[in-house]
Amino acid sequence: MTAVPPRRRMVPAYLATGGRSRPSRTAFDRLTLLHSASPDPPQGLEAEHRRLWELLRPGALTLVEAAAHLRLPVSATNFLAADLVDAGGLQARSPIPRAQQIDRTLVERLLDGLRSLR
Amino acid sequence: MDSAVSGSRIGYLPDRDQVLMKMLVAGPFGVGKTTLIRTLSEIPTLHTEEVMTETGAPVDDVAGLPDKTTTTVAVDFGRLTLPGEVVLYLFGTPGQRRFFPLWQDIARGALGALVLADTRRLAESFEIMDMVEEQGLPYAVAVNCFPDAPAHSAEVLRGHLDLHPDTPLVLCDARDRATSVEALIALAEHVLHSLPSLPQEQR
Ligand SMILES: Nc1nc2c(ncn2[C@@H]2O[C@H](COP(=O)(O)OP(=O)(O)OP(=O)(O)O)[C@@H](O)[C@H]2O)c(=O)[nH]1
Ligand SMILES: [Mg+2]
Repeated sequence: MTAVPPRRRMVPAYLATGGRSRPSRTAFDRLTLLHSASPDPPQGLEAEHRRLWELLRPGALTLVEAAAHLRLPVSATNFLAADLVDAGGLQARSPIPRAQQIDRTLVERLLDGLRSLR
Repeated sequence: MDSAVSGSRIGYLPDRDQVLMKMLVAGPFGVGKTTLIRTLSEIPTLHTEEVMTETGAPVDDVAGLPDKTTTTVAVDFGRLTLPGEVVLYLFGTPGQRRFFPLWQDIARGALGALVLADTRRLAESFEIMDMVEEQGLPYAVAVNCFPDAPAHSAEVLRGHLDLHPDTPLVLCDARDRATSVEALIALAEHVLHSLPSLPQEQR
């Protein structure tokens, strides 16, 4: 047997803990954009992590879309995604890139887009 | 086979610099929220199962699930990609006060809310209008015109709904794309008017 380097055991927080004692994790927005950050899955993924990673292998989805496709609550999917980001398997991007705020410029862009549907 | 995750039905987003925005579609039971989202969405509408305690607090872990004091609420949503690298998400949100904490959680970061109303039971939209106002979200009211419902002029409806003069009121048919788009435009215009005219950093 070859020695396995020590690594954090990735147990879904929502399964493994009684709740109160779980470590604080990044709270993503429902619209946080998740996409794959590695061509191969990180080593030793638990089944639920693996499902999320596989879902995102072909492309990007928001957290809430990933939750819907996996049929998991958003909060549970958040934990899985945070673990995978820590493990280098996923990247997460905020809904509004480059730390912009929702401002008039962005709402004007939205309005122009909606008006183009007329 | 895991049909929930398989195949080409998953609408991946192109990995560009899109801005992702969110609006709520709110209103009482059966008023047409899901219909309006389905009419506008480019993907088949999706839903998440949100776990709440009976008191209405969202449960942010489901470890204690066997506990009978939790209930599950389905929250459906759709997605609309617009020119200009904007992707708009529409979340259907329940109108009952007991869902307020869940509602607040979904409302966080939303631009505004489209409150749907039915002329046969306008008062059923009051509760959600109160919640939206408490949350400080700009909103527009869209009266979903069911064929067998009495038709009223906009002025009469404004009076019955006791709307602030600035709150937009539109008539729509949730099954019809054109009138549903107009409802979103009315809301987006109202959101724009309610934003400060100077960027915050210049204050
Ligand atoms: N005639 C007509 N029927 C509509 C319209 N909008 C919705 N309906 C019908 O009304 C019923 C309820 O619509 P939904 O879209 O499911 O309403 P909802 O607000 O999502 O309902 P809940 O999620 O149960 O609260 C469905 O049978 C729709 O087909 C409309 O504009 N005109
Ligand atoms: Mg519905």
